[in-house]
Amino acid sequence: MEYLNTLINEIYKIIFLVIPILVSVAMIVWLDRRVWGLVQKRRGPNVVGPFGLFQTLADALKYIFKEIIIPASANKTIFILAPIITMTLALVAWAVIPLSETLVLSNINVGILYLFAISSLGVYGIIMGGWASNSKYPFLGAIRSAAQMVSYEVSIGIIIINVLLCVGSLNLNDIVLAQKNLWYVIPLFPMFVVFFISALAETNRPPFDLPEAEAELVAGYQTEYSGMMYAMFWLGEYANILLMCAMGSILFLGGWLPPLDIYPFNVVPAPFWMIFKILFLFFLFAIIKAIVPRYRYDQLMRLGWKVFLPFSLIYVVLTASFLLYFDKLPKGSF
Amino acid sequence: MNLNRFLKTIFLTEFFLAIIKAIREIFRPKKTINYPFEKGQISPRYRGEHALRRYPNGEERCIACKLCEAVCPAQAITIESEERKDGSRKTTRYDIDMLKCIYCGLCQESCPVDAIVQGPNFEFATETREELYYNKEKLLDNGDRWESVLAKNLKTDKIYK
Repeated sequence: MEYLNTLINEIYKIIFLVIPILVSVAMIVWLDRRVWGLVQKRRGPNVVGPFGLFQTLADALKYIFKEIIIPASANKTIFILAPIITMTLALVAWAVIPLSETLVLSNINVGILYLFAISSLGVYGIIMGGWASNSKYPFLGAIRSAAQMVSYEVSIGIIIINVLLCVGSLNLNDIVLAQKNLWYVIPLFPMFVVFFISALAETNRPPFDLPEAEAELVAGYQTEYSGMMYAMFWLGEYANILLMCAMGSILFLGGWLPPLDIYPFNVVPAPFWMIFKILFLFFLFAIIKAIVPRYRYDQLMRLGWKVFLPFSLIYVVLTASFLLYFDKLPKGSF
Repeated sequence: MNLNRFLKTIFLTEFFLAIIKAIREIFRPKKTINYPFEKGQISPRYRGEHALRRYPNGEERCIACKLCEAVCPAQAITIESEERKDGSRKTTRYDIDMLKCIYCGLCQESCPVDAIVQGPNFEFATETREELYYNKEKLLDNGDRWESVLAKNLKTDKIYK
């Protein structure tokens, strides 16, 4: 009985986490398309619902009623599994994201490690989808995506080490609280920029959307997908983007902390600050989609391995030596 | 690589400038129209949905000469005719397969009495194929519905013919 109670309690909490995320993913897709349109002097979706806010829900409804086509030569099990894995992993990672000091599903000790592990697994959904389709464009898209995500994960990992050196804890709430006086975006600004660009590459956003470069690869790993399975890939992708924005705001922008701990700011509840910061980062994501042309594949690899990796490594050394020299290392960690 | 370009690359200058430019563009007036609610200007020669016109007294204009049927490059038009009691030749059947039609406008050009015309309407999408096999009633209906615009367009365009 005790066990059942706990279970029901946990499921209740999970549902209250997952449903707002799915709804906000829908809203974020709308925001993305709207910003993209506005920058190009179009109007973007503005018919369904107020300001076109329900456009994504209408699209989702359309996808649900569409036929799911499974190619004859595809490996059926893996083909069906791939979008499910992508979406599940994108949602599972949200378990450790703190919206305020108490508003977090599981406040685990190694939160950032968990986040990093889950986002690394995300590439499996794409590879499985691309390979199981048993067709050339999805295969090429999946290969590209795998190479790209692996390359940029390395530099993201090293950037995270930078932040962890300053914090001395892997717990996400501790990371946020350590920024009480100074957000890490100020001392670690170059790392923030590198993190942001790596996050773009990690989530296959323009200018790094090579896996689904429509001019060369039709739609990359999604080419053979249709109906709800396509929509799940798409949901997973946007949930991942939101996750990257949340990671960026926790690591560099002080998570749920107000910008200044003075009167008009500290009245606003913590979750609002978190949501506001996520939205700000997402707005940058959306703007960048509108202004940049796509990278060439060798440029992408050069940027990842020859620029970001050495740069962030050097920065780790700099941060570490600075902290050691001025005796600012976080207490109790060494 | 010269120093200027190197610094520009390192500090992502043009990238930040582009973001500022993009944000400024957001607030500029839009170049597109708000389509389902406002519509663009359409030329009087616009070749949209077909219509069969009538004379002001209600008599059909079509004399079943079958020039349009003959000229139609897609062979989308089918006409059958018979002689009426007053000796005039009129159609008993006038079908256009709108799925075959290529909207070239030759039917309208070949018509000696301005009976078959292509109007300004382009919003006639349907949910089934069958609805796009237009028959005589549908075409005459279209003619009645769009007559004012059709007459005006024909008049405007007359001087160029």
